[in-house]
Amino acid sequence: MEIPLDQLLIQTINGIVTGMILALVASGLTLIFGIMDVVNFAHGELFMLGAYVGVIVLAATGNFWIALMAASLLIALLGAVIYLTTLRPLLGRDPLTTILATFGVSLVLQNYALWQFGPVSRKITEPFSGHFALFYLDYPWYRLAIALLSAAIIGGLWLFLKFSTFGVWIRATTQDRVMAQAMGIPVPWVLTAVFAIGAAMAAASGVLFGPLVGVNPTMGLDWILKAFIVVVVGGMGNLAGSIAASIFISLLEAYASLWVSPAQAIIVSFIVLILTLLFRPTGLFVATPK
Amino acid sequence: MRLRHATIYWTGSAVIIALLIAAPLVLPEFWRRLVTEILIWGLLAMSSDLLIGYTGMVSFGHSAFFGLGMYGAAAALLAVGPPSLWLAIATGLIAAAAVAAFVAYFSTRLRDIYFAITTLIFSQIFYVIIFTWTEVTGGENGLTFSRPALAIPGLVSIPFTSATLHWFVLAAVTLSYLVLRRITQSPFGMVLQSIRENEARTRAIGYPVERYKIVAVMLSGLFAGLAGVLYALQNRFAAPDFVFFVVSGETIIYNVIGGVGTLIGPIVGAAFFLLLREGFSRFFTEYYLIPVGIIFMAMVIFVPQGLLGFARRWLNE
Repeated sequence: MEIPLDQLLIQTINGIVTGMILALVASGLTLIFGIMDVVNFAHGELFMLGAYVGVIVLAATGNFWIALMAASLLIALLGAVIYLTTLRPLLGRDPLTTILATFGVSLVLQNYALWQFGPVSRKITEPFSGHFALFYLDYPWYRLAIALLSAAIIGGLWLFLKFSTFGVWIRATTQDRVMAQAMGIPVPWVLTAVFAIGAAMAAASGVLFGPLVGVNPTMGLDWILKAFIVVVVGGMGNLAGSIAASIFISLLEAYASLWVSPAQAIIVSFIVLILTLLFRPTGLFVATPK
Repeated sequence: MRLRHATIYWTGSAVIIALLIAAPLVLPEFWRRLVTEILIWGLLAMSSDLLIGYTGMVSFGHSAFFGLGMYGAAAALLAVGPPSLWLAIATGLIAAAAVAAFVAYFSTRLRDIYFAITTLIFSQIFYVIIFTWTEVTGGENGLTFSRPALAIPGLVSIPFTSATLHWFVLAAVTLSYLVLRRITQSPFGMVLQSIRENEARTRAIGYPVERYKIVAVMLSGLFAGLAGVLYALQNRFAAPDFVFFVVSGETIIYNVIGGVGTLIGPIVGAAFFLLLREGFSRFFTEYYLIPVGIIFMAMVIFVPQGLLGFARRWLNE
């Protein structure tokens, strides 16, 4: 079957845009996993709740950027509360118990959203609605803006980890929790803050993504699966790897949807994951382990 | 001491089974149905306990085996007329076992969280296939069919009422329990438990660990498939919702609530969860999962060994 070049280009842009949102979701997840060995099953629900907070604040203030900030802050607070109440008591136990606990959290949050907001999809209006001509399509500027904003947030996180004192503390805690504690780093605070930051990133991506599909209580489910795939393919706890994997997998899915329906295109990412686990279980985008 | 343990164990089991046999005769229709359903979900949970509790592998993909059991039975009931019960069971089990063999071959090469995630992803692959292959599986709507008669060819044929269905399910679950118990106490089961305790040492002794794991996943998938067949018989439909990973999550919840490594515990966990759900759904209607989720989290934190965890050693003697 012949695929015209313009369609291929459009799918490339689509893939990069979704890839950047996915990277934003996954970098929160990978930050949490890499630093505290917690597999956060509730990450998709934080994404979804962030989008809902965005809907509410946007309705109240009419300003998309205030909504974005408010959602991030509020969900960061929620993340801290979740960490303190359910995950801190599990410190030192098998990482699998954290999957169970956060699975419980995701059940509660998802049904809370269903109860509060109902099953009907809500809409977030995009902050600007311009289009530009891309072959036969009117491509919205907002989609490109999402990709840039996601990149900016991830870049900000990277700078924060690299240069701020708190970032140094976080990296020290990743390398050796006990030693970091001995050096006077407030490890319990660092862990709480990391979970809050991860939650805030999920919330931010939820608000950014909201205008594209609408906000509903189960929107987190698709993303959590994809984010897991990305985190494993990129190498657990490897920030750069999961960003590369996000874009790689989103591109593959975008190309696959030229031939099959988008619902089936997700199988491509499943297959990438399984092949990765079989042949390169440490992740596709990390240097060969010694 | 040993004689006394055996006496108590078998008397206790006999009393519980007698109560379950009597249940459909005294309970109203709604509760009769619920008890049957508890037994079916209990069987699913028990099958996954063989992996979680005895081999130390947490499967997040049991919905695939359960669902394939359902669709396998549905296929036989729709394709062959007149519908035959035993053919449905056979096709359901074959479908589940084939999928389990496929999943086992790939996923057992990985351990811990990676095993959990791989099984999760495999079950989602089957979900997507079933959900989108509308011509064969009915897609989102699933398949509906009529229940076959409980027949032994050439001897008797009685239609399934809710009471006979209950007894049939009870017999299947009891038999499965006895087989699984025998498996866990056999030399094979001992090797599984030694894999759970120390995989590297088991391999060093000379056991082909991968092969044992593959067989464990296949056996587990077979019993999960049986649960799927029974559920299809009870509800007369097969739907993609039951292949979705949330069902696998619930299976793990039953295990954790009831106590892993006890076989009976997961059934108790399923009973506890479903009764809790019934109770809460009266007050919270469809949002019952909020209190249930909170109780589950509390149990993970405070009672990690589960309701029957205290009796674990005793039940495995």
